Amino acid sequence: MIEQLRDTYRKLTGNTDDLRTDGGTATERTSSRFDMGPDFLRSLPFWLPPFLVMGFFVYGAIGWNFLVSLTDYNSFVPPTYSHLDFEMYTRAFSDPTFIAATKNTFVLLVVFTVFCLLVGLGLAILIDQKIRFENTFRTIYLLPMSLSFVVTAQFWLWMYNYSDGPINVIIRGIGIQNPPHWISDPSIVLGSVILALVWQFSGYAMVVYLAGLRAIPNDHFEAARVDGASTYRLYRRVVIPQLKGATISASVVLMVFGLKAFDFLYSLTGSYYPPKGSDILATMMVRQAFGSPNNTAYAAAIGIMLFLLALVVIAPYLTYQYKRGEL
Amino acid sequence: MATDSSDTSVFDVSNLSRMGYSRILLYATVVALVLLYLLPIETGLMTSLKSDALGSLPYFPPGPSGFTFVHWSDAFSQLASGLINSFILAIPATVLSAFIGSITAYGLTNLTWRYKAAFLTLFIAGIFIPYQAVLIPLSQFWAIYFPIHNLFGTYGQLIELIISHVAYGIPITLLLFRTYYKDIPTEMLEAAELDGASAFGIYRRIILPLSGPMFAVTLIYQFTQVWNDLLFALVIMGPGPASPVTIPLAQLGASLTNVGFGIRMAGAFIAAFPTLLVYIMFGDQFAEGVAT
Repeated sequence: MIEQLRDTYRKLTGNTDDLRTDGGTATERTSSRFDMGPDFLRSLPFWLPPFLVMGFFVYGAIGWNFLVSLTDYNSFVPPTYSHLDFEMYTRAFSDPTFIAATKNTFVLLVVFTVFCLLVGLGLAILIDQKIRFENTFRTIYLLPMSLSFVVTAQFWLWMYNYSDGPINVIIRGIGIQNPPHWISDPSIVLGSVILALVWQFSGYAMVVYLAGLRAIPNDHFEAARVDGASTYRLYRRVVIPQLKGATISASVVLMVFGLKAFDFLYSLTGSYYPPKGSDILATMMVRQAFGSPNNTAYAAAIGIMLFLLALVVIAPYLTYQYKRGEL
Repeated sequence: MATDSSDTSVFDVSNLSRMGYSRILLYATVVALVLLYLLPIETGLMTSLKSDALGSLPYFPPGPSGFTFVHWSDAFSQLASGLINSFILAIPATVLSAFIGSITAYGLTNLTWRYKAAFLTLFIAGIFIPYQAVLIPLSQFWAIYFPIHNLFGTYGQLIELIISHVAYGIPITLLLFRTYYKDIPTEMLEAAELDGASAFGIYRRIILPLSGPMFAVTLIYQFTQVWNDLLFALVIMGPGPASPVTIPLAQLGASLTNVGFGIRMAGAFIAAFPTLLVYIMFGDQFAEGVAT
């Protein structure tokens, strides 16, 4: 319907342009000669300055960062752009700290995203049962997301405190005398961090799924019920498949949140060194870049590899959105 | 939204008593989850009000004799300048990025030209880049190549931080406005165009007045983002007299042991207060912002 109107509009404007006598026609003719569409020149003042600013800070900076990653720049060596090589990248792959941080990054991204999606889906299904006060419940589940990583890190440091924190108090209360060292045990700290992050962001997945559930036409539910499908089958066969779009968008955004976990890890210790066992590429990069002594070029290389990692997720997502006509 | 629970649920089964039980179970689960979600916050609040953090169970309220505001006043005196800096940072950064997002979205949505989608994609990709890929150039740009703080003193660093937040905020604010502008009927804009309105006139007289609800969503989202940021503040200015509240908060009580948890928790609430207030007042707009 709207497309038809648009076509009509284009035909109409084709005619009206010739009829118009005001100054606007001239620019429109010029732009159509370059075949950039009728509004190209008039559109420039709106998006070009912001594009240049954003392009400089995003794409310019990534290019600059890549250049730095090819040098040997560190606290003791000034950047020299005459000898460019991939030494920092080869160095990374033989650096055990880098390999451990990469592994932790993948574990964090995957486990955090999957758990957020599962918890979020569960919450969304519960909220969607036409319960009373559903807005209040939704507000409470989403509340942690309005908090800063720095704030939630303070709450969870206390939650996880070995001797007196609430979790271990409860664990001892049910008779277990040796509760885990949630933060200081390197083998479980990553899990503790993920749990805290799931607490913070599952509300986000809930909101996305809730919108997805509400978008499913009611007659799909009714048709399934007429067929005698059980509730489980209804969700498994009818509802979940229709939430594919919501799942994809939520996963991408959650992974981006996961990559931002730097703030959380930094705040656990108030330093560039996160608790042992929870170092991820994001924290390692900042430590190498801004700690002392610093390895600027090495940090830049880690930054580029993080960017490539993000690109692997984003590029297919943006292509998918583009094909669905969402862009 | 219907609050009547009798017969609209997809769980609806003919057996009435079974339905009653399943609804009780449903409410029990929802309430138990609420307690679970509020536990870290509730524990923090209780701890911040106790003179002795270890005197009673962490999630229990303080007894009549153990009640104190001393952690709150201590934390406030340590964070007060950070709070002021955060307001100086977050308010202009939020307003600017919302406004720029709005005009950019108009140029990329309601005007017709080729390759729009390509530029839009470049903008949108900017939402998802990990900031670690730009931190070194960003910090060097402000430290060496464009040191505004040399002109305006230490507080010039706040200007640098504002510009950075605006630049990296454009992609998301643009996307928020775009989802809204896509649904503005084309006929309305055509009518204005036929009346001889310029592109700017259309924006100012039609698009902008319609954007009220979306400005609310964007301002709330972006305010929360900027207020909560630690990373940019850390690498652009680091700890100092101009640093926003997240920096002193991350350091607060770091050197202390368990005894410091009272002040840590009070500090967390003080630093979170503006965003909590915004969230409680505008929860729906916040939800809309994050869901886009």
